[in-house]
Amino acid sequence: MSNWVEACDAGDIDEEDVMRFDHGGRTFAVYRSPDDEYFATDGLCTHEKVHLADGLVMDDIIECPKHNGRFNYKTGAARGAPVCVDLRTYPVKVDAGKVLVRIGW
Amino acid sequence: MVDIGLRTGNTSSAAASRRDYSLIGRDAKLAVESGLAAAEWYHTDVPRKQMKELMQRSDGPAIRDTIIWLGAMILSGAGAAWFWGSWWCVPFFFVYGVLYGSSTDSRWHECGHGTAFRTQWMNDVVYQVACFMIMRNPVTWRWSHTRHHTDTIIVGRDPEISVMRPPDLLRVVLNFVGILDAWYAMSDMLRNAAGIISPAEGTFIPEQERPKAIRIARIWTAIYAATVALAVYTGSFLPLMLVGLPRLYGAWHHVMVGLLQHGGLAENVTDHRLNSRTVYMNPISRFIYWNMNYHVEHHMFPMVPYHALPRLHELIKHDLPAPTASILAGYREMIPAFLRQLRNEDYFIKRELPPTARPYREDFHNDNAAAAVAAE
Repeated sequence: MSNWVEACDAGDIDEEDVMRFDHGGRTFAVYRSPDDEYFATDGLCTHEKVHLADGLVMDDIIECPKHNGRFNYKTGAARGAPVCVDLRTYPVKVDAGKVLVRIGW
Repeated sequence: MVDIGLRTGNTSSAAASRRDYSLIGRDAKLAVESGLAAAEWYHTDVPRKQMKELMQRSDGPAIRDTIIWLGAMILSGAGAAWFWGSWWCVPFFFVYGVLYGSSTDSRWHECGHGTAFRTQWMNDVVYQVACFMIMRNPVTWRWSHTRHHTDTIIVGRDPEISVMRPPDLLRVVLNFVGILDAWYAMSDMLRNAAGIISPAEGTFIPEQERPKAIRIARIWTAIYAATVALAVYTGSFLPLMLVGLPRLYGAWHHVMVGLLQHGGLAENVTDHRLNSRTVYMNPISRFIYWNMNYHVEHHMFPMVPYHALPRLHELIKHDLPAPTASILAGYREMIPAFLRQLRNEDYFIKRELPPTARPYREDFHNDNAAAAVAAE
């Protein structure tokens, strides 16, 4: 069953930035790209479980604040050492000014 | 950042010391069991908006600095070669050596973090060049440095503790001319070139990365062999004075500033304010060192590029110990601490936090520190 969860208001995240979102005992990262699209991934780096929401968004890259590991937040692909394992991504939609993340189905 | 030697061998120092710095030894296991490994570290609160500004990447400063760095290397190297055979070559080699054997320490470091340039291929190119000059396998040291940031000065976990307790001062002095570092680097290079990854290296280099480390070691071995062959063919030391030996005669500056990063400070604390040192330095040393004198700031926020560290320092200094006033002041603090550690290896320099600072864990700031000082 589809499970769209409200993460935040669309305006809560600056362009080219990221925000932490916790739900059901799990943590996620919600991104707003430079071209005003929204994306979501697991919230912790696959390398050492650091919150990606403290990192830096550059174009379509999220860089982990601890060891500078990089992921493409649109696809979840790991983009170089020290990250080797991809991030899980989640569908996102904006409805009535709210950012919704589909966490389970 | 690493300064003196990487512990990639298998030997344990536990027999001679109550501490076991081996990555596969007793204290390594204890650090994992006690939660010191991969722990949560203290961070000064910085508003997200300001941190985002500080983290912003730019190609401009690093391109400028790299042009100056490589341009000065070419000019000094050409001058050294031109005057080869006369005493006039000495000042040229002095400059060339520092640019080759010391500036590369910070270039390796910053480009390894991926923060020097905004454009990633620029970081990668300078990283590879600097790694060759400083004799650090770019794969091995990328992963060792990752561990250094995860477990900074945690005994048995951090592969980059430059001065272990009790301090081996002869080793420290010899490394000002890079002798031991170069010896270990060459040994590791030949071992890796033979396809061997040591058990200690295996603790921090993922399996899929190991072939890359071996491939790089083989390329480097070929370059050094060609340099030696050229020296033999021409009957001159000049090729070796330009490739390889500058890592020895030019190492002094990176060792001088690198020792200050953590020397004499606390081990096994999860607060960079207590185990790292920020030192004010002259602008030439800061150019060579790429602002890594702001070392507490760098460890606390490794995402901040070198050119933004002075701004970060101004923003958070209220929460940090007072910076050390100069390189000389750092040595006046550090050398007596090393000498005391020869008699009592539990001794360390206790960093005083300003009254406005937020303590992370009281026991790190008071009880343990008092116990160590009292043990003296």
